[in-house]
Amino acid sequence: MAVEAQIPYQEAMEVHHPHSWITKYWFSQDHKVIAIQYGITAIGVGLVALALSALMRLQLGFPDTFDFIDPEAYYQFITMHGMIMVIYLLTALLLGGFGNYLIPLMCGARDMVFPFVNMISYHVYFLSVIVLLASYFVPGGPTGAGWTLYPPQAILEGTPGVDWGILTMLGSLAIFIVAFTMGGLNYVTTILQARTRGMTLMRMPLSVWGIFIATVLGLLAFPALFVSAIMMILDKTIGTSFFMPAVSSLGETLDYSGGSPLLFQHLFWFFGHPEVYIVALPAFGIVSDLISTHARKNIFGYRMMVWAIVAIGVLSFIVWAHHMYVSGMHPWFGFFFATTTLIIAVPTAIKVYNWTLTLWRANIHLTVPMLFAIAFIITFVMGGITGLFLGNVIVDVPLSDTYFVVAHFHMVMGVAPILVIFGAIYHWYPKMTGKMLNDTLGHIHFWVTFLGTYIIYYPMHYLGFVGVPRRYFANGEMAIIDSSVEMLNQSITIAALIVGIFQIVFLWNLIYSYYRGKDSGHNPWKATTLEWQTPETPPRHGNWEDNQLPTVHRWAYDYSVPGAEDDFVPQTVPQTAPRSDA
Amino acid sequence: MAEATGLRNLQIVDDWAADIEVFRGVPWGKAMMWIFLLSDTFIFTCFLTAYMTVRMTTAEPWPNPSEVFALEAFGVPVPLLLIAIMTFILITSSGTMAMAVNMGYRRKRGPAALLMVVTAILGASFVGMQAFEWTKLIIDEGVRPWGNPMGAPQFGSAFFMITGFHGLHVSAGVIYLAIVAWRVWRGHYEQQGYDIVEITGLYWHFVDLVWVFIFAFFYLW
Repeated sequence: MAVEAQIPYQEAMEVHHPHSWITKYWFSQDHKVIAIQYGITAIGVGLVALALSALMRLQLGFPDTFDFIDPEAYYQFITMHGMIMVIYLLTALLLGGFGNYLIPLMCGARDMVFPFVNMISYHVYFLSVIVLLASYFVPGGPTGAGWTLYPPQAILEGTPGVDWGILTMLGSLAIFIVAFTMGGLNYVTTILQARTRGMTLMRMPLSVWGIFIATVLGLLAFPALFVSAIMMILDKTIGTSFFMPAVSSLGETLDYSGGSPLLFQHLFWFFGHPEVYIVALPAFGIVSDLISTHARKNIFGYRMMVWAIVAIGVLSFIVWAHHMYVSGMHPWFGFFFATTTLIIAVPTAIKVYNWTLTLWRANIHLTVPMLFAIAFIITFVMGGITGLFLGNVIVDVPLSDTYFVVAHFHMVMGVAPILVIFGAIYHWYPKMTGKMLNDTLGHIHFWVTFLGTYIIYYPMHYLGFVGVPRRYFANGEMAIIDSSVEMLNQSITIAALIVGIFQIVFLWNLIYSYYRGKDSGHNPWKATTLEWQTPETPPRHGNWEDNQLPTVHRWAYDYSVPGAEDDFVPQTVPQTAPRSDA
Repeated sequence: MAEATGLRNLQIVDDWAADIEVFRGVPWGKAMMWIFLLSDTFIFTCFLTAYMTVRMTTAEPWPNPSEVFALEAFGVPVPLLLIAIMTFILITSSGTMAMAVNMGYRRKRGPAALLMVVTAILGASFVGMQAFEWTKLIIDEGVRPWGNPMGAPQFGSAFFMITGFHGLHVSAGVIYLAIVAWRVWRGHYEQQGYDIVEITGLYWHFVDLVWVFIFAFFYLW
């Protein structure tokens, strides 16, 4: 009906044409270049976090062996590993990287609505990474407060990095939030107001839906972290008592009084739980597209998938205190938050069933992206089911702060989204570079990563059941610790080191294929979505032909349509007799 | 979309889910400002919730705001006098801002720019009075972020943090208004239209609205 409507601004949008190397590759306003900048920075800082995890594993597997790992250093490893992985790698890569790359291409836009703001967003993110890494060069080193940064301990003597590290950490987070807000406003506005003709909300690929809702979550959840960062900086520097009760530290009564450490936990988790879904929802969306494309079948229950994403997004704001069952808050809260937490299992299960039903009787191509997508489903179900244990107050209390929790969150929000990110990179690398990634290297990378994950994290559930506490530098002679723990810890460490080292295969593949990979053509996976229909690969700045945006005629999942010539019908092909999105 | 079944019978669902734009005719900048303000609302909500929490957890008595914020006028202390004036000024500035938006859409560049400048001046005088209030509290009453002679140290902490953060918003708004007013005056928006005046206004009204909440929760409670 409204197909003939003007596309305000977007059709004839002037793209800022770069004149020099610097404006083309460094201060670029092209969403694709910004996406790749985000991606490279995030992967780079992620490698730091990977190295830190290797150091942690060395200590856990072989205590008393490495002199350079003392308890202080170990706590700094934990803190930096956690924070980098959650914020600076996963959030930045999924939203800054894939969000930037996919939103304009999949929605049929020339660029983000405010390319200049988008460019600034990356550079502010880069600054936040610099400030974070500067922690290692300030007196006392980075903070060792754990990624949750709970006060009072985070700002009291005895915690590593209490002089400077905690300030660079909080400052870096505040800067990151500013960067994210600038990027996030762009993503949301682009999706809402700058789609092409025919691209209705219910024709958007699920990747865009996942990124969209995750960005909304980010815009509403990061304020809580921002506020708590400001208040903790004030507590630390000028001696306010927002989070600090009256404390004696090392036999000395401090000047603090009357603050509320629980307030910090509430604020932190009001951010922290939606953060889980900020990471998970883009992964949900992307994996839906990977599965549908590589199984040559439409996604099962598209509408339900969209509403499940929305429902998870809404619910994620009312479950935060399930991270605080043992914090001493009122038990009635525990009852309420356990209920809401378990309700989230419903939309989540809808998604898992729909992925499985998409695979059911599909023409499955076991390409590398597909392998990663299937691995994601398995891993996500594993991690999700242990979430049911931890969501129940009565079961959580004994499991709290054990390796069971470590295994749970690494499975569900560590490894699962990482598997999707790998799958997505194998899937979209051809569009970004025009070259295919090497398949053999991809298979090696996949199998080592996937099997390694299970050798690393499966035993941790057992460690948790026998009561091994998390965040301990060494278990020593604790009577509760079974003798099997030592051997398990060693084998986990060895597996972790192998998996870590094998990521070099992946990095090598990215570099090697860029120069030597075989040409991919425009649409190597025979996919339907708009980004594969660009006139050039990689798409040029502005994405589409001059003064002509593509017109969308159908949803994103017309695979194996009965009666159609090919087993896929791109979204740009006009509707004729056989239609399937009615 | 021709076949209307189920939910699609609702016109609003059709409208929102249609192609190109969810909000018909809303410029990008305006949509983005609304979303930003939603995010900023969460920041101020967190600040105010935190303030209310520490007000409950602190063991010491909370100072009486109507005494602390009283101003000597004609020899008698009048509770909340300065705050009343500040609130009046800020709300007045919202009025001049609304008039500027009207003038902008009527393409009366001069009056639009002038009204924006008036708004900015009112905003700057608000910040000036806030500076006066801070000075009075710090110098005369001995209130510090980490403590005060009247009672709970969180009083000063929350006060300086929240009014400071709001004051930064007002100051940023004054600069924003001044820039946009200058460009309106120069005719910079003749081509693209005067939505920018409304977008600036959205931010300004938001800052004003936040003040009403700070006023209610901090000064009246």
